[in-house]
Amino acid sequence: MSVRQALLALLEEGPMYGYQLRSEFERRTGATWPLNVGQVYTTLTRLERDGLVTQVTPQSGADSEGHVVYEVTTAGRDEVATWFTTPVGRSTPPRDELAIKLALAVTVPGVDVGTVIQQQRSATMTALQDYTRLKRDRVDATPGDLAWGLVLDSLIFSAEAEVRWLDHCEARLRRAAVEATPAPTTAPTTTPARERTAR
Amino acid sequence: MTAVLQLADVTRIHGEGETEVHALKSVSFTARAGELVAVMGPSGSGKSTLLTLAGGLDAPTSGTVSVEGADLATLGQKGRARMRRTSIGYVFQDFNLIPALTAAENVSLPLELDGTGTRRARELARAALTEVGIAELADRFPDHMSGGQQQRVAIARAVVGERRLILADEPTGALDTETGEEILRLLRARCDAGAAGVLVTHEARHAAWADRVVFLRDGVIVDETGADQVEALVDAGATR
Repeated sequence: MSVRQALLALLEEGPMYGYQLRSEFERRTGATWPLNVGQVYTTLTRLERDGLVTQVTPQSGADSEGHVVYEVTTAGRDEVATWFTTPVGRSTPPRDELAIKLALAVTVPGVDVGTVIQQQRSATMTALQDYTRLKRDRVDATPGDLAWGLVLDSLIFSAEAEVRWLDHCEARLRRAAVEATPAPTTAPTTTPARERTAR
Repeated sequence: MTAVLQLADVTRIHGEGETEVHALKSVSFTARAGELVAVMGPSGSGKSTLLTLAGGLDAPTSGTVSVEGADLATLGQKGRARMRRTSIGYVFQDFNLIPALTAAENVSLPLELDGTGTRRARELARAALTEVGIAELADRFPDHMSGGQQQRVAIARAVVGERRLILADEPTGALDTETGEEILRLLRARCDAGAAGVLVTHEARHAAWADRVVFLRDGVIVDETGADQVEALVDAGATR
């Protein structure tokens, strides 16, 4: 994930030490993608190696309280600018466990796809209710709050899309099941059609 | 928490013989005071039937519909009409305001029909318009308001005079995302203040504002989410 670019972008605001960077990241994104401090320092070490950040005081690199403070270099600023102006790629979609699960559920014999869909929809709907509850209780007091609000909206829209897609799958499977059911006049046939039945 | 709306084993069949349609099949459903319940489902799943039965606009083929403990079937036509004017508020997708009346008049009309004096009705209407944040538009006609403002008037009309049951049929369907959310926030606030709300919608994002989400398919409740949390809250409240 884009921890590297995110930390660089935060350093555009001014020099910071690892723990500050983590707090600033979480202030903007909630606890959606928790960062541990170790991960922050590992990333900073790599960024320093690549010449994108430097330690602020060359002698010790530490402030009066002993924190190692970093600032972004010109090369680092260029990298941030490139990140912001390059669209996030969709050429290789992120692996979607649910889509894979459903693709297998409809093809592997003996799986009750209807139940798979229903259980997932309940779980996603519950998550959507939780996100909405968070949204209800918050106010945009600072730019950081607004940023977190937008991240929350992103979670809400994705969960909504998932529920819509599940509804769509259910409707299509039901239609397929109806079409696969032989008309009453023809001779009763085949188990394969049954296996494709949604519920 | 008391059940404001209760459907007990309700079946509604439209038509008969070969054209018979089972719009609802043995559905039991409750909305308690302080609770917003969303009803989701595809077209033809029975969502609207449930709402018209809850509002006493239609009668079940079998089973009972009670509002505030009163079985609507035993109330008679006059009693049901009175219940609709005093206890039940409706919010529709297309607002359904009367174009020749101002915002305040639209809101006060049901009260006046029920015998409240004009002055008192207007006072209550102003209070309701203040609650939904558009007190300054009280004398404006619906045509001179945005969709969001009209829906706020409709919500004021639905809640005026302390109605205990609010029935909303796709209330955000004609509004943009942000305006729709403001409307849901108002509905939610009213339920938090003690009303029972039923929100019919096919959008998960809107249903998520509810405490419980009920899924209807072919006239049957197939699933329900959030019930446990609500029950847990009720239990916690009861033992406090």
